[in-house]
Amino acid sequence: MIVEVRGLCKSFDGHQVLGDLSLEVGAGELVSIIGPSGCGKSTVLRCLNLLERPDCGRVGVAGHVVERAAGGRWTRGHERAAHRLRAAVGMVFQGFNLFAHRTVLDNVALAPMVVRGARPGQAREQARGLLDKVGLGSVAGRYPATLSGGQQQRAAIARALALEPRVMLYDEPTSALDPELTDEVLSVMRELDDEGMTQIVVTHEMRFARAASDRVVFMQAGRIVEIAAPEIIFTRPAESATQRFLKAFL
Amino acid sequence: MRRQPGPLPPGWLVGGSLLIALLLLVAVATRAAEVPAQTQTQMQTQTSTQTRAPLRWGSDASSGAPYVFHDPLHPSRVTGFEAEIIRDVARRLHRAPVMVQNDWDGLIPGLERGLYDAVIDGIEITPEHRAVVDFSTPYYRTFEQIVVRRDQAGLDSLALLRGHVVGTLKASLADRILSQDPQIRVRYYDEETNAYADLANGRLDAVLLDAPIALYYAKPDPRLKLVGAAVGELTYGIAIPKGHEALRRQIDAALSAMRDDDTLRRILSAWNLWTPQVAAMLGQGANPAGPPVAWRLYLEETAPQTSWHDRLRRYAGFLPLIGRAALLTLAVSACAMLLAVSVGLLLAVARGFGPRPAGWIAIAYIEIVRGTPLLIQILFIFYGLPGLGIRLDPFLAGVVALGLNYGAYEAENYRAGLSSVPHGQTEAALALNMSQAQLLRHVVMPQAFRFVVPVMTNDFISLLKDSSLVSVITLSELSQTYVRLSTTYYDYFGTGLMIGAAYLLLGLPFVHLARLAERRLATPLRRERRRT
Repeated sequence: MIVEVRGLCKSFDGHQVLGDLSLEVGAGELVSIIGPSGCGKSTVLRCLNLLERPDCGRVGVAGHVVERAAGGRWTRGHERAAHRLRAAVGMVFQGFNLFAHRTVLDNVALAPMVVRGARPGQAREQARGLLDKVGLGSVAGRYPATLSGGQQQRAAIARALALEPRVMLYDEPTSALDPELTDEVLSVMRELDDEGMTQIVVTHEMRFARAASDRVVFMQAGRIVEIAAPEIIFTRPAESATQRFLKAFL
Repeated sequence: MRRQPGPLPPGWLVGGSLLIALLLLVAVATRAAEVPAQTQTQMQTQTSTQTRAPLRWGSDASSGAPYVFHDPLHPSRVTGFEAEIIRDVARRLHRAPVMVQNDWDGLIPGLERGLYDAVIDGIEITPEHRAVVDFSTPYYRTFEQIVVRRDQAGLDSLALLRGHVVGTLKASLADRILSQDPQIRVRYYDEETNAYADLANGRLDAVLLDAPIALYYAKPDPRLKLVGAAVGELTYGIAIPKGHEALRRQIDAALSAMRDDDTLRRILSAWNLWTPQVAAMLGQGANPAGPPVAWRLYLEETAPQTSWHDRLRRYAGFLPLIGRAALLTLAVSACAMLLAVSVGLLLAVARGFGPRPAGWIAIAYIEIVRGTPLLIQILFIFYGLPGLGIRLDPFLAGVVALGLNYGAYEAENYRAGLSSVPHGQTEAALALNMSQAQLLRHVVMPQAFRFVVPVMTNDFISLLKDSSLVSVITLSELSQTYVRLSTTYYDYFGTGLMIGAAYLLLGLPFVHLARLAERRLATPLRRERRRT
């Protein structure tokens, strides 16, 4: 298993968001996480690359492990382990979060230069390749604010790929997009799936979850209710909660 | 981890740093030029230059006729009967006289502070003054003179002034006399010219001031007249710091020699100040030693210029003085801004990223500095800190005061800039495995910059104007020069326009720079606007 989560818990201001959550994802899988707003699905994702510090539990990605005992302090050691783990994880945000002061090309090339010490020429060459791959070769020199939402999100994917992650995380990648722009983003994700990338997607895009996922996770109130293949979840879910959610949604 | 050399800064940044470097050069150059330039003018009138330490004398030359004032014909030269007396004293002590300009209110504190060896500026010998400084033997005795408008009658004694509004200078003998009578309403002025102007305009019913002042500022004015008998009596002496007994004896000996060889009488006669009262005090004849040449020259020079040609020529004569003052203003402001930018960064980092006590200290500093007047801070640093053994020269004190003050505002500016960068930018950088330092340097700071720079440039323009406050600590910058010129010539309008233009000229490049910075930094966002 390339991703292993055990006993993850997280509270905000005394309010429990995740309680004793466990999840495993195999290499090359595309897993969608669905569920009602506030069910904790984004928090799971953010705990996976330690943008959110878990209160307790164990997060393992590609051999890097961060583990915190219940009530244990978050130490420098944790911080260092989190930093190592993040090197194996790419993340794409709902709001794109492209660096506004850099061109699209530099957005992609920045992290390899700063974090890995890559030479500018080399980093930009790699960045150009990634932008071609997501179909943005022609806008490489422009600033993010001049692109459409779909283009920005594809650039954000290219940026995350530049550090050659083992796992890609997507936090509602198409929620901020006009419907006609979502497909261009989803097709890039499909393409990555074909190449064998491990991907975890928090989404409201049921069509995509059903068509592209290997497995679908349904969450409610900070717990995983059901994990199954999409055709099972969407046609004959085992749990009534899943049924109710999908009914309301469709 | 290997660091990648940062990308080249945009063009305006390079231009900006070049400009700042240039300003620094100007600052250093003017500082070097400042002191000799001031002393040169003093020494031109004195041929006897010696190897002994110069005699530094403090005085306020703004609107100081006939005591110590700027020669209307040559505004960079200081003249007046007291200037002549102290220069003659210095000559007799074989020391070169060097004048140090200071606000009248600051003259005595400046003496205690060691800015100069002696003060001569109509300082009255009173028990209060004697408590803090020593005095030479008196060199002049006079009285308070009532001045009213030409059309007024029946106001020629103190008793008749009851129920009327009377102007005077604060902390003067006239002030003490007037405030003894609660029925007289007293209004206080910093400059005698303003008091007489208000009298002429009808804002006051009378002005009570030392007779020499009335002779030089009220008598030439056709709208005013001198009335009544002498009020009170006051005696001027040269003030020296307590405990400088040797210097006091030397000055007394010089004054006594000047009396014996008639020098004192000649000087006072030339200025039309030889009165029976002085003659009695000095034990000499009541007749003046000669015609009042200096007084007549003053009247001629300050007579209102009717022809445009004369007026323009007078204004042209101001230009070198204003130019030098402008350079000083720019130098103080530029150095202060550099200090402010660094102090601000330190405070912002301490507050935002430092350990908790450092953050508290930074917050306390910012609140204290922003909550107290800049003028108080300047006076405190210049006159207050020597009590702790920290003595700064006026330029340095001005730079430190302005820099520390603006540092608090720059800290807030940085903070606003940092918080203007959306949190998503930080998260994206973290997710890209950047360290805290890397994301600050490559992601947050550059974006905070576009917010910070225009504000900073505007702050510099305000600082340029606030630098006028350092005139209270003896720096002859633009505002001080305005007061000096306008009170010498009784011309607030023309000189005001000139000084205003000088400030505008200084600020304009920075206004332009601010606009340029704003435009350049906003480029990506503007394109977005055009698109949607």
